[in-house]
Amino acid sequence: MTALLEVEDLRVAYGKIEAVKGISFSVEAGQVVTLIGTNGAGKTTTLRTLSGLLKPSGGRILFDGKPLNGIPAHKIVALGLAHSPEGRHIFPRLTIAENLQLGAFLRTDKAGIEKDVQRAYDLFPILGERRKQAAGTLSGGEQQMLAMGRALMSQPKLLMLDEPSMGLSPIMMQKIMETIVELKAAGTTILLVEQNAQAALSLADQGHVMEVGKIVLSGTGPDLLHDESVRKAYLGED
Amino acid sequence: MNELPQQLANGLALGALYGLIAIGYTMVYGIVQLINFAHGEIFMIGGFGALTTYLALPSGTSLMVVIPLMIIGGAIASVAVATAAERFAYRPLRGAPRLAPLITAIGLSIVLQQLVWGFYPDAKKPRSFPEFHGESFKIFDNLYLQRADAFILVLAPLCMLALGMFVAKSRSGRAMQATAQDPDTAKLMGINTDRIIVMAFAIGAAFAAVAAVAYGLDKGQINFEMGFLLGLKAFTAAVLGGIGNIYGAMVGGVVLGLAEALSIAYIEEIPGMQQLGGGAWANVWAFVLLIVVLLVRPQGLLGERVADRA
Repeated sequence: MTALLEVEDLRVAYGKIEAVKGISFSVEAGQVVTLIGTNGAGKTTTLRTLSGLLKPSGGRILFDGKPLNGIPAHKIVALGLAHSPEGRHIFPRLTIAENLQLGAFLRTDKAGIEKDVQRAYDLFPILGERRKQAAGTLSGGEQQMLAMGRALMSQPKLLMLDEPSMGLSPIMMQKIMETIVELKAAGTTILLVEQNAQAALSLADQGHVMEVGKIVLSGTGPDLLHDESVRKAYLGED
Repeated sequence: MNELPQQLANGLALGALYGLIAIGYTMVYGIVQLINFAHGEIFMIGGFGALTTYLALPSGTSLMVVIPLMIIGGAIASVAVATAAERFAYRPLRGAPRLAPLITAIGLSIVLQQLVWGFYPDAKKPRSFPEFHGESFKIFDNLYLQRADAFILVLAPLCMLALGMFVAKSRSGRAMQATAQDPDTAKLMGINTDRIIVMAFAIGAAFAAVAAVAYGLDKGQINFEMGFLLGLKAFTAAVLGGIGNIYGAMVGGVVLGLAEALSIAYIEEIPGMQQLGGGAWANVWAFVLLIVVLLVRPQGLLGERVADRA
Protein backbone atom coordinates (compact mmCIF):
# COMPACT_ATOMS: atom_id res chain seq x y z
CA MET A 1 0.00 0.00 0.00
CA THR A 2 1.29 3.45 -0.85
CA ALA A 3 1.19 6.20 1.73
CA LEU A 4 -1.50 8.90 1.74
CA LEU A 5 1.16 11.58 1.47
CA GLU A 6 4.58 11.05 -0.01
CA VAL A 7 7.13 13.84 -0.07
CA GLU A 8 10.29 13.21 -2.06
CA ASP A 9 13.33 15.48 -2.02
CA LEU A 10 11.15 18.57 -1.55
CA ARG A 11 12.92 21.89 -1.99
CA VAL A 12 11.46 25.35 -1.37
CA ALA A 13 13.24 28.64 -1.85
CA TYR A 14 12.43 32.26 -1.03
CA GLY A 15 14.30 34.00 -3.81
CA LYS A 16 17.85 32.71 -3.56
CA ILE A 17 17.52 31.45 -0.03
CA GLU A 18 16.56 27.81 0.21
CA ALA A 19 14.38 27.23 3.27
CA VAL A 20 13.68 23.56 2.66
CA LYS A 21 16.66 21.70 1.25
CA GLY A 22 15.45 18.37 -0.02
CA ILE A 23 13.33 16.55 2.54
CA SER A 24 11.53 13.21 2.15
CA PHE A 25 8.91 11.68 4.41
CA SER A 26 5.55 10.03 4.16
CA VAL A 27 2.27 9.87 6.07
CA GLU A 28 0.20 6.68 6.09
CA ALA A 29 -3.57 6.85 6.41
CA GLY A 30 -4.59 6.88 10.08
CA GLN A 31 -1.17 7.98 11.31
CA VAL A 32 -0.15 11.04 13.24
CA VAL A 33 3.19 12.27 11.93
CA THR A 34 5.00 15.20 13.48
CA LEU A 35 7.70 17.57 12.27
CA ILE A 36 9.59 19.11 15.14
CA GLY A 37 12.45 21.55 15.24
CA THR A 38 13.41 25.07 16.18
CA ASN A 39 12.23 28.30 14.61
CA GLY A 40 13.40 28.64 11.03
CA ALA A 41 13.91 24.91 10.54
CA GLY A 42 11.50 24.98 7.58
CA LYS A 43 8.49 23.25 9.17
CA THR A 44 5.93 25.93 8.36
CA THR A 45 7.42 26.40 4.90
CA THR A 46 6.94 22.68 4.31
CA LEU A 47 3.25 22.80 5.27
CA ARG A 48 2.62 25.96 3.23
CA THR A 49 4.14 24.22 0.23
CA LEU A 50 2.04 21.09 0.72
CA SER A 51 -1.14 23.18 0.77
CA GLY A 52 -0.10 25.10 -2.33
CA LEU A 53 0.51 28.55 -0.81
CA LEU A 54 4.18 28.27 -1.78
CA LYS A 55 5.63 26.77 -4.94
CA PRO A 56 8.29 24.09 -4.52
CA SER A 57 11.57 24.70 -6.34
CA GLY A 58 12.20 20.98 -6.63
CA GLY A 59 11.09 17.53 -5.60
CA ARG A 60 7.79 15.74 -5.69
CA ILE A 61 4.62 15.66 -3.60
CA LEU A 62 2.20 12.78 -4.06
CA PHE A 63 -1.10 13.04 -2.24
CA ASP A 64 -3.53 10.17 -2.48
CA GLY A 65 -1.62 9.01 -5.55
CA LYS A 66 -1.80 12.36 -7.34
CA PRO A 67 1.09 14.80 -7.84
CA LEU A 68 0.38 18.16 -6.16
CA ASN A 69 3.09 20.15 -7.89
CA GLY A 70 1.67 23.18 -9.67
CA ILE A 71 -1.89 22.80 -8.37
CA PRO A 72 -3.17 26.10 -6.89
CA ALA A 73 -4.01 26.17 -3.18
CA HIS A 74 -7.76 26.53 -3.64
CA LYS A 75 -7.86 23.27 -5.60
CA ILE A 76 -5.69 21.31 -3.20
CA VAL A 77 -8.22 21.52 -0.38
CA ALA A 78 -10.74 19.91 -2.73
CA LEU A 79 -8.45 16.87 -2.92
CA GLY A 80 -8.75 16.36 0.84
CA LEU A 81 -5.81 18.22 2.31
CA ALA A 82 -6.79 20.73 5.02
CA HIS A 83 -4.37 23.17 6.60
CA SER A 84 -4.84 24.90 9.95
CA PRO A 85 -2.18 27.58 9.60
CA GLU A 86 0.37 28.87 12.06
CA GLY A 87 -0.99 31.81 14.02
CA ARG A 88 -4.54 30.42 13.62
CA HIS A 89 -5.66 32.93 10.96
CA ILE A 90 -9.35 32.80 11.71
CA PHE A 91 -11.44 35.43 9.88
CA PRO A 92 -11.72 37.97 12.71
CA ARG A 93 -14.73 39.96 11.51
CA LEU A 94 -16.86 36.95 10.63
CA THR A 95 -18.75 35.02 13.27
CA ILE A 96 -17.69 31.63 14.54
CA ALA A 97 -20.53 29.99 12.61
CA GLU A 98 -19.47 31.81 9.43
CA ASN A 99 -15.86 30.75 9.92
CA LEU A 100 -16.94 27.13 10.18
CA GLN A 101 -19.15 27.49 7.10
CA LEU A 102 -16.14 28.78 5.16
CA GLY A 103 -14.28 25.63 6.12
CA ALA A 104 -16.95 23.78 4.16
CA PHE A 105 -16.81 26.26 1.25
CA LEU A 106 -16.46 23.59 -1.44
CA ARG A 107 -19.08 21.23 -0.03
CA THR A 108 -22.64 21.24 -1.28
CA ASP A 109 -24.26 18.70 1.08
CA LYS A 110 -26.16 21.06 3.35
CA ALA A 111 -27.28 18.40 5.81
CA GLY A 112 -23.77 17.01 6.09
CA ILE A 113 -22.32 20.47 6.69
CA GLU A 114 -24.89 21.09 9.41
CA LYS A 115 -23.92 17.79 11.03
CA ASP A 116 -20.23 18.67 10.94
CA VAL A 117 -20.86 22.14 12.40
CA GLN A 118 -22.63 20.38 15.25
CA ARG A 119 -19.68 17.99 15.58
CA ALA A 120 -17.31 20.98 15.88
CA TYR A 121 -19.53 22.40 18.63
CA ASP A 122 -19.49 19.02 20.39
CA LEU A 123 -15.71 18.87 20.13
CA PHE A 124 -15.37 22.47 21.36
CA PRO A 125 -18.51 23.46 23.33
CA ILE A 126 -17.27 27.04 23.80
CA LEU A 127 -17.58 27.58 20.03
CA GLY A 128 -21.21 26.53 20.13
CA GLU A 129 -21.96 28.92 22.96
CA ARG A 130 -20.43 31.82 21.05
CA ARG A 131 -21.44 30.89 17.50
CA LYS A 132 -22.88 34.35 16.71
CA GLN A 133 -19.85 36.21 18.05
CA ALA A 134 -17.14 37.74 15.84
CA ALA A 135 -14.21 35.32 15.81
CA GLY A 136 -11.77 38.15 16.55
CA THR A 137 -13.23 38.45 20.06
CA LEU A 138 -12.17 34.92 21.03
CA SER A 139 -9.13 34.19 23.19
CA GLY A 140 -6.07 32.66 21.58
CA GLY A 141 -6.95 29.15 22.65
CA GLU A 142 -10.54 29.50 21.45
CA GLN A 143 -9.28 30.82 18.12
CA GLN A 144 -7.08 27.74 17.85
CA MET A 145 -10.10 25.54 18.46
CA LEU A 146 -11.96 27.43 15.74
CA ALA A 147 -9.06 27.06 13.32
CA MET A 148 -8.99 23.31 13.91
CA GLY A 149 -12.76 23.00 13.72
CA ARG A 150 -12.75 24.99 10.49
CA ALA A 151 -10.07 22.79 8.93
CA LEU A 152 -12.09 19.68 9.84
CA MET A 153 -15.14 21.12 8.06
CA SER A 154 -13.72 20.17 4.66
CA GLN A 155 -13.78 16.49 5.70
CA PRO A 156 -10.07 16.17 4.97
CA LYS A 157 -8.22 12.94 4.32
CA LEU A 158 -5.21 14.63 5.88
CA LEU A 159 -5.33 17.38 8.50
CA MET A 160 -2.23 19.58 8.75
CA LEU A 161 -1.88 21.47 12.03
CA ASP A 162 0.79 24.13 12.27
CA GLU A 163 1.86 25.01 15.82
CA PRO A 164 -1.54 24.49 17.43
CA SER A 165 -0.09 25.07 20.91
CA MET A 166 1.75 28.29 20.08
CA GLY A 167 1.18 31.06 22.60
CA LEU A 168 -1.39 29.13 24.63
CA SER A 169 -1.66 28.77 28.38
CA PRO A 170 -0.62 25.34 29.73
CA ILE A 171 -4.25 24.42 30.39
CA MET A 172 -5.36 25.43 26.90
CA MET A 173 -2.40 23.60 25.40
CA GLN A 174 -3.41 20.48 27.31
CA LYS A 175 -6.92 20.79 25.91
CA ILE A 176 -5.67 21.16 22.32
CA MET A 177 -3.37 18.16 22.66
CA GLU A 178 -6.19 16.08 24.12
CA THR A 179 -8.30 17.01 21.12
CA ILE A 180 -5.58 15.82 18.76
CA VAL A 181 -5.52 12.49 20.62
CA GLU A 182 -9.31 12.34 20.26
CA LEU A 183 -9.11 13.04 16.54
CA LYS A 184 -6.43 10.39 16.17
CA ALA A 185 -8.58 7.86 17.99
CA ALA A 186 -11.39 8.68 15.55
CA GLY A 187 -9.07 7.74 12.70
CA THR A 188 -8.06 11.21 11.45
CA THR A 189 -4.73 11.34 9.66
CA ILE A 190 -2.69 14.25 10.97
CA LEU A 191 0.53 15.98 10.03
CA LEU A 192 1.48 18.01 13.08
CA VAL A 193 4.11 20.72 13.23
CA GLU A 194 5.10 21.67 16.76
CA GLN A 195 7.77 23.42 18.72
CA ASN A 196 6.55 21.65 21.81
CA ALA A 197 8.45 18.46 20.99
CA GLN A 198 7.49 16.64 24.19
CA ALA A 199 3.78 16.95 23.53
CA ALA A 200 4.03 16.24 19.82
CA LEU A 201 6.26 13.18 20.11
CA SER A 202 4.23 11.60 22.88
CA LEU A 203 1.17 11.35 20.64
CA ALA A 204 2.83 10.80 17.24
CA ASP A 205 3.34 7.52 15.42
CA GLN A 206 6.22 8.95 13.44
CA GLY A 207 8.42 11.95 14.05
CA HIS A 208 10.96 13.86 12.00
CA VAL A 209 13.41 16.35 13.42
CA MET A 210 14.12 19.30 11.13
CA GLU A 211 17.16 21.55 11.30
CA VAL A 212 17.84 24.40 8.85
CA GLY A 213 15.79 22.92 6.05
CA LYS A 214 16.74 19.28 6.42
CA ILE A 215 15.40 16.25 8.23
CA VAL A 216 18.24 15.22 10.53
CA LEU A 217 16.56 12.44 12.45
CA SER A 218 13.48 10.25 11.98
CA GLY A 219 11.85 7.60 14.09
CA THR A 220 8.72 6.56 15.91
CA GLY A 221 7.35 8.98 18.47
CA PRO A 222 8.55 6.98 21.52
CA ASP A 223 12.00 6.37 19.97
CA LEU A 224 12.59 10.07 19.39
CA LEU A 225 11.20 10.92 22.78
CA HIS A 226 13.90 8.74 24.32
CA ASP A 227 16.67 9.71 21.91
CA GLU A 228 19.47 11.41 23.75
CA SER A 229 20.23 14.07 21.15
CA VAL A 230 16.54 14.97 20.87
CA ARG A 231 16.24 15.21 24.62
CA LYS A 232 19.23 17.53 24.76
CA ALA A 233 18.26 19.75 21.85
CA TYR A 234 14.48 19.96 22.13
CA LEU A 235 13.34 18.79 25.51
CA GLY A 236 15.62 21.06 27.48
CA GLU A 237 17.60 18.37 29.23
CA ASP A 238 21.33 18.21 29.66
CA MET B 1 -38.34 81.14 1.57
CA ASN B 2 -36.23 78.60 3.39
CA GLU B 3 -33.98 77.04 0.79
CA LEU B 4 -32.30 74.54 3.11
CA PRO B 5 -34.40 71.52 2.02
CA GLN B 6 -33.50 72.22 -1.60
CA GLN B 7 -29.80 72.46 -0.79
CA LEU B 8 -29.95 69.22 1.18
CA ALA B 9 -31.64 67.45 -1.72
CA ASN B 10 -29.02 68.74 -4.16
CA GLY B 11 -26.26 67.62 -1.83
CA LEU B 12 -27.83 64.23 -1.35
CA ALA B 13 -28.10 63.63 -5.10
CA LEU B 14 -24.49 64.70 -5.64
CA GLY B 15 -23.42 62.55 -2.70
CA ALA B 16 -25.25 59.50 -4.03
CA LEU B 17 -23.34 59.91 -7.29
CA TYR B 18 -20.00 60.15 -5.44
CA GLY B 19 -20.92 57.18 -3.28
CA LEU B 20 -21.75 54.98 -6.25
CA ILE B 21 -18.35 55.64 -7.81
CA ALA B 22 -16.61 55.38 -4.44
CA ILE B 23 -17.78 51.76 -4.12
CA GLY B 24 -15.30 50.88 -6.87
CA TYR B 25 -12.35 52.35 -5.00
CA THR B 26 -13.32 50.87 -1.69
CA MET B 27 -14.05 47.31 -2.88
CA VAL B 28 -10.79 46.99 -4.76
CA TYR B 29 -8.85 48.54 -1.89
CA GLY B 30 -10.60 46.31 0.64
CA ILE B 31 -9.48 43.19 -1.19
CA VAL B 32 -6.11 43.93 -2.78
CA GLN B 33 -5.06 47.15 -0.97
CA LEU B 34 -4.70 48.89 -4.32
CA ILE B 35 -5.91 52.42 -5.00
CA ASN B 36 -7.21 51.98 -8.53
CA PHE B 37 -6.62 55.52 -9.76
CA ALA B 38 -7.91 54.47 -13.18
CA HIS B 39 -11.40 54.03 -11.70
CA GLY B 40 -12.42 57.55 -12.73
CA GLU B 41 -11.70 56.52 -16.32
CA ILE B 42 -13.68 53.30 -15.83
CA PHE B 43 -16.57 55.60 -14.91
CA MET B 44 -15.95 57.67 -18.06
CA ILE B 45 -15.84 54.56 -20.24
CA GLY B 46 -19.14 53.46 -18.70
CA GLY B 47 -20.52 56.75 -19.99
CA PHE B 48 -19.20 56.15 -23.49
CA GLY B 49 -20.51 52.59 -23.49
CA ALA B 50 -23.92 53.99 -22.62
CA LEU B 51 -23.59 56.63 -25.35
CA THR B 52 -22.72 53.97 -27.92
CA THR B 53 -25.79 51.98 -26.91
CA TYR B 54 -27.98 55.08 -27.16
CA LEU B 55 -26.68 55.90 -30.65
CA ALA B 56 -27.26 52.32 -31.80
CA LEU B 57 -30.94 52.44 -30.86
CA PRO B 58 -33.48 53.77 -33.38
CA SER B 59 -34.34 57.41 -32.65
CA GLY B 60 -37.68 57.86 -31.02
CA THR B 61 -37.29 54.84 -28.76
CA SER B 62 -38.92 55.51 -25.39
CA LEU B 63 -36.60 56.64 -22.60
CA MET B 64 -38.05 53.86 -20.47
CA VAL B 65 -36.34 51.45 -22.84
CA VAL B 66 -33.33 53.55 -23.75
CA ILE B 67 -32.06 54.22 -20.23
CA PRO B 68 -32.01 50.63 -18.94
CA LEU B 69 -30.27 49.57 -22.14
CA MET B 70 -27.78 52.41 -21.73
CA ILE B 71 -26.98 51.21 -18.22
CA ILE B 72 -26.44 47.68 -19.49
CA GLY B 73 -24.30 48.85 -22.43
CA GLY B 74 -22.30 51.13 -20.17
CA ALA B 75 -21.75 48.38 -17.64
CA ILE B 76 -20.58 45.95 -20.32
CA ALA B 77 -17.98 48.48 -21.48
CA SER B 78 -16.78 49.47 -18.00
CA VAL B 79 -16.67 45.91 -16.67
CA ALA B 80 -14.77 44.71 -19.74
CA VAL B 81 -12.15 47.43 -19.38
CA ALA B 82 -11.86 47.08 -15.58
CA THR B 83 -11.43 43.30 -15.65
CA ALA B 84 -8.94 43.55 -18.50
CA ALA B 85 -7.00 46.12 -16.49
CA GLU B 86 -6.99 43.77 -13.52
CA ARG B 87 -5.85 40.82 -15.60
CA PHE B 88 -3.16 42.48 -17.67
CA ALA B 89 -2.01 45.51 -15.67
CA TYR B 90 -2.51 44.76 -11.97
CA ARG B 91 -2.36 40.98 -11.59
CA PRO B 92 1.21 40.68 -12.92
CA LEU B 93 2.22 43.22 -10.26
CA ARG B 94 0.63 41.45 -7.32
CA GLY B 95 3.35 40.99 -4.75
CA ALA B 96 5.39 43.85 -6.23
CA PRO B 97 6.12 46.89 -4.05
CA ARG B 98 2.94 48.94 -3.61
CA LEU B 99 4.27 51.87 -5.58
CA ALA B 100 4.39 49.81 -8.80
CA PRO B 101 0.65 49.14 -9.15
CA LEU B 102 -0.11 52.68 -8.01
CA ILE B 103 2.00 54.21 -10.78
CA THR B 104 0.50 51.69 -13.20
CA ALA B 105 -2.98 52.85 -12.22
CA ILE B 106 -2.08 56.48 -12.90
CA GLY B 107 -0.54 55.52 -16.24
CA LEU B 108 -3.55 53.44 -17.15
CA SER B 109 -5.81 56.35 -16.34
CA ILE B 110 -3.97 58.56 -18.84
CA VAL B 111 -3.92 55.81 -21.48
CA LEU B 112 -7.68 55.21 -21.20
CA GLN B 113 -8.44 58.92 -21.42
CA GLN B 114 -6.26 59.35 -24.48
CA LEU B 115 -7.66 56.26 -26.18
CA VAL B 116 -11.19 57.61 -25.89
CA TRP B 117 -10.05 61.08 -26.94
CA GLY B 118 -8.18 59.71 -29.93
CA PHE B 119 -10.40 56.91 -31.17
CA TYR B 120 -13.99 57.45 -30.07
CA PRO B 121 -15.80 59.34 -32.86
CA ASP B 122 -15.99 63.07 -32.11
CA ALA B 123 -14.88 62.57 -28.52
CA LYS B 124 -12.61 65.61 -28.73
CA LYS B 125 -15.66 67.67 -27.85
CA PRO B 126 -18.48 66.82 -25.44
CA ARG B 127 -21.02 64.31 -26.76
CA SER B 128 -24.73 64.69 -26.11
CA PHE B 129 -26.78 62.35 -23.98
CA PRO B 130 -30.54 61.90 -24.49
CA GLU B 131 -32.67 64.82 -23.35
CA PHE B 132 -33.85 63.96 -19.87
CA HIS B 133 -34.75 67.28 -18.28
CA GLY B 134 -38.50 67.49 -18.12
CA GLU B 135 -40.58 68.96 -15.40
CA SER B 136 -39.19 68.69 -11.88
CA PHE B 137 -41.08 66.82 -9.21
CA LYS B 138 -42.52 69.18 -6.66
CA ILE B 139 -42.18 67.70 -3.19
CA PHE B 140 -42.88 70.85 -1.12
CA ASP B 141 -43.15 74.52 -1.99
CA ASN B 142 -39.47 74.91 -1.27
CA LEU B 143 -38.27 71.52 -2.55
CA TYR B 144 -38.20 70.51 -6.18
CA LEU B 145 -36.50 67.38 -7.36
CA GLN B 146 -35.07 67.33 -10.86
CA ARG B 147 -35.64 64.15 -12.81
CA ALA B 148 -31.91 63.35 -12.97
CA ASP B 149 -31.61 63.82 -9.20
CA ALA B 150 -34.60 61.59 -8.58
CA PHE B 151 -33.00 59.02 -10.88
CA ILE B 152 -29.78 58.77 -8.85
CA LEU B 153 -31.60 59.04 -5.51
CA VAL B 154 -33.61 55.94 -6.40
CA LEU B 155 -30.87 53.92 -8.11
CA ALA B 156 -27.99 54.49 -5.68
CA PRO B 157 -29.78 53.11 -2.60
CA LEU B 158 -31.06 50.17 -4.65
CA CYS B 159 -27.54 49.35 -5.82
CA MET B 160 -26.20 49.64 -2.27
CA LEU B 161 -28.94 47.44 -0.87
CA ALA B 162 -28.29 44.79 -3.51
CA LEU B 163 -24.55 44.92 -2.83
CA GLY B 164 -25.05 44.76 0.93
CA MET B 165 -27.25 41.67 0.59
CA PHE B 166 -24.84 40.07 -1.83
CA VAL B 167 -21.82 40.55 0.42
CA ALA B 168 -23.58 39.51 3.62
CA LYS B 169 -25.72 36.62 2.40
CA SER B 170 -24.37 34.99 -0.74
CA ARG B 171 -21.67 32.36 -0.94
CA SER B 172 -19.55 34.59 -3.18
CA GLY B 173 -20.09 37.51 -0.82
CA ARG B 174 -18.87 35.45 2.11
CA ALA B 175 -15.86 34.43 0.04
CA MET B 176 -15.26 38.10 -0.71
CA GLN B 177 -15.22 39.00 2.98
CA ALA B 178 -12.86 36.13 3.70
CA THR B 179 -10.52 37.21 0.91
CA ALA B 180 -10.51 40.79 2.19
CA GLN B 181 -9.69 39.68 5.73
CA ASP B 182 -7.03 37.08 4.97
CA PRO B 183 -6.33 36.13 1.34
CA ASP B 184 -3.96 33.21 1.98
CA THR B 185 -6.31 31.58 4.46
CA ALA B 186 -9.21 32.15 2.04
CA LYS B 187 -7.29 30.02 -0.47
CA LEU B 188 -6.96 27.30 2.16
CA MET B 189 -10.76 27.23 2.34
CA GLY B 190 -10.90 26.48 -1.38
CA ILE B 191 -11.74 30.03 -2.45
CA ASN B 192 -10.39 31.04 -5.84
CA THR B 193 -9.17 34.45 -4.73
CA ASP B 194 -8.26 35.52 -8.27
CA ARG B 195 -11.90 35.15 -9.22
CA ILE B 196 -12.98 37.15 -6.15
CA ILE B 197 -10.61 39.98 -7.10
CA VAL B 198 -12.03 40.08 -10.64
CA MET B 199 -15.50 40.19 -9.10
CA ALA B 200 -14.58 43.20 -6.95
CA PHE B 201 -13.30 45.08 -9.99
CA ALA B 202 -16.42 44.12 -11.98
CA ILE B 203 -18.92 45.24 -9.32
CA GLY B 204 -17.13 48.57 -8.89
CA ALA B 205 -17.12 49.08 -12.66
CA ALA B 206 -20.81 48.26 -13.03
CA PHE B 207 -21.69 50.76 -10.29
CA ALA B 208 -19.51 53.34 -12.00
CA ALA B 209 -21.46 52.78 -15.22
CA VAL B 210 -24.75 53.44 -13.41
CA ALA B 211 -23.22 56.63 -12.01
CA ALA B 212 -22.00 57.64 -15.47
CA VAL B 213 -25.48 57.30 -16.97
CA ALA B 214 -26.93 59.34 -14.11
CA TYR B 215 -24.24 61.98 -14.53
CA GLY B 216 -24.71 62.17 -18.32
CA LEU B 217 -28.47 62.49 -18.01
CA ASP B 218 -28.03 65.26 -15.46
CA LYS B 219 -25.48 67.27 -17.48
CA GLY B 220 -26.94 66.38 -20.87
CA GLN B 221 -23.49 65.42 -22.12
CA ILE B 222 -20.34 63.46 -21.36
CA ASN B 223 -16.69 64.01 -22.24
CA PHE B 224 -13.43 62.09 -22.11
CA GLU B 225 -12.12 64.10 -19.13
CA MET B 226 -15.08 63.72 -16.84
CA GLY B 227 -13.51 60.82 -14.91
CA PHE B 228 -10.70 62.91 -13.51
CA LEU B 229 -12.42 65.24 -11.06
CA LEU B 230 -15.31 62.89 -10.32
CA GLY B 231 -12.88 60.06 -9.72
CA LEU B 232 -10.90 62.23 -7.35
CA LYS B 233 -14.05 63.28 -5.50
CA ALA B 234 -15.28 59.70 -5.25
CA PHE B 235 -11.87 58.62 -3.98
CA THR B 236 -12.13 61.39 -1.39
CA ALA B 237 -15.57 60.07 -0.44
CA ALA B 238 -14.18 56.55 -0.05
CA VAL B 239 -11.36 57.77 2.23
CA LEU B 240 -13.75 60.03 4.15
CA GLY B 241 -16.10 57.12 4.85
CA GLY B 242 -13.26 54.69 5.67
CA ILE B 243 -11.72 52.99 2.67
CA GLY B 244 -12.42 49.29 2.49
CA ASN B 245 -15.93 49.68 3.96
CA ILE B 246 -18.75 49.65 1.37
CA TYR B 247 -21.20 51.50 3.61
CA GLY B 248 -18.45 53.97 4.38
CA ALA B 249 -18.22 54.75 0.66
CA MET B 250 -21.87 55.74 0.56
CA VAL B 251 -21.71 57.67 3.83
CA GLY B 252 -18.55 59.44 2.70
CA GLY B 253 -20.19 60.31 -0.62
CA VAL B 254 -23.26 61.77 1.03
CA VAL B 255 -21.23 63.77 3.57
CA LEU B 256 -19.07 65.13 0.78
CA GLY B 257 -22.05 65.96 -1.43
CA LEU B 258 -23.86 67.74 1.40
CA ALA B 259 -20.73 69.66 2.34
CA GLU B 260 -20.36 70.89 -1.23
CA ALA B 261 -24.00 71.87 -1.62
CA LEU B 262 -24.13 73.65 1.72
CA SER B 263 -20.83 75.43 1.17
CA ILE B 264 -22.06 76.75 -2.18
CA ALA B 265 -25.21 78.07 -0.58
CA TYR B 266 -24.17 79.28 2.81
CA ILE B 267 -20.47 80.06 3.14
CA GLU B 268 -20.87 83.39 1.40
CA GLU B 269 -23.50 84.43 3.93
CA ILE B 270 -20.98 84.19 6.75
CA PRO B 271 -19.74 87.74 7.41
CA GLY B 272 -16.23 88.24 6.10
CA MET B 273 -16.29 85.12 3.91
CA GLN B 274 -18.21 86.45 0.92
CA GLN B 275 -15.33 85.74 -1.42
CA LEU B 276 -14.95 82.14 -0.25
CA GLY B 277 -18.47 80.94 -1.11
CA GLY B 278 -20.23 79.94 -4.28
CA GLY B 279 -19.53 77.15 -6.71
CA ALA B 280 -15.93 78.16 -7.36
CA TRP B 281 -14.92 77.24 -3.82
CA ALA B 282 -16.96 74.06 -3.41
CA ASN B 283 -14.02 71.78 -4.21
CA VAL B 284 -11.83 73.59 -1.73
CA TRP B 285 -14.36 73.09 1.05
CA ALA B 286 -14.76 69.44 0.08
CA PHE B 287 -11.04 68.82 0.53
CA VAL B 288 -10.88 70.93 3.70
CA LEU B 289 -13.54 68.64 5.10
CA LEU B 290 -11.44 65.61 4.12
CA ILE B 291 -8.39 67.01 5.89
CA VAL B 292 -10.35 67.82 9.04
CA VAL B 293 -11.96 64.38 9.21
CA LEU B 294 -8.66 62.63 8.63
CA LEU B 295 -7.01 64.68 11.40
CA VAL B 296 -9.68 63.63 13.87
CA ARG B 297 -10.40 60.12 12.55
CA PRO B 298 -7.55 58.90 10.34
CA GLN B 299 -9.39 55.65 9.58
CA GLY B 300 -12.37 57.56 8.13
CA LEU B 301 -15.92 57.80 9.45
CA LEU B 302 -16.76 54.08 9.35
CA GLY B 303 -13.25 52.68 8.97
CA GLU B 304 -11.80 50.11 11.27
CA ARG B 305 -8.67 50.80 13.18
CA VAL B 306 -5.78 49.04 11.53
CA ALA B 307 -5.27 46.96 14.66
CA ASP B 308 -8.65 45.29 14.06
CA ARG B 309 -7.54 44.05 10.69
CA ALA B 310 -4.65 41.96 12.00
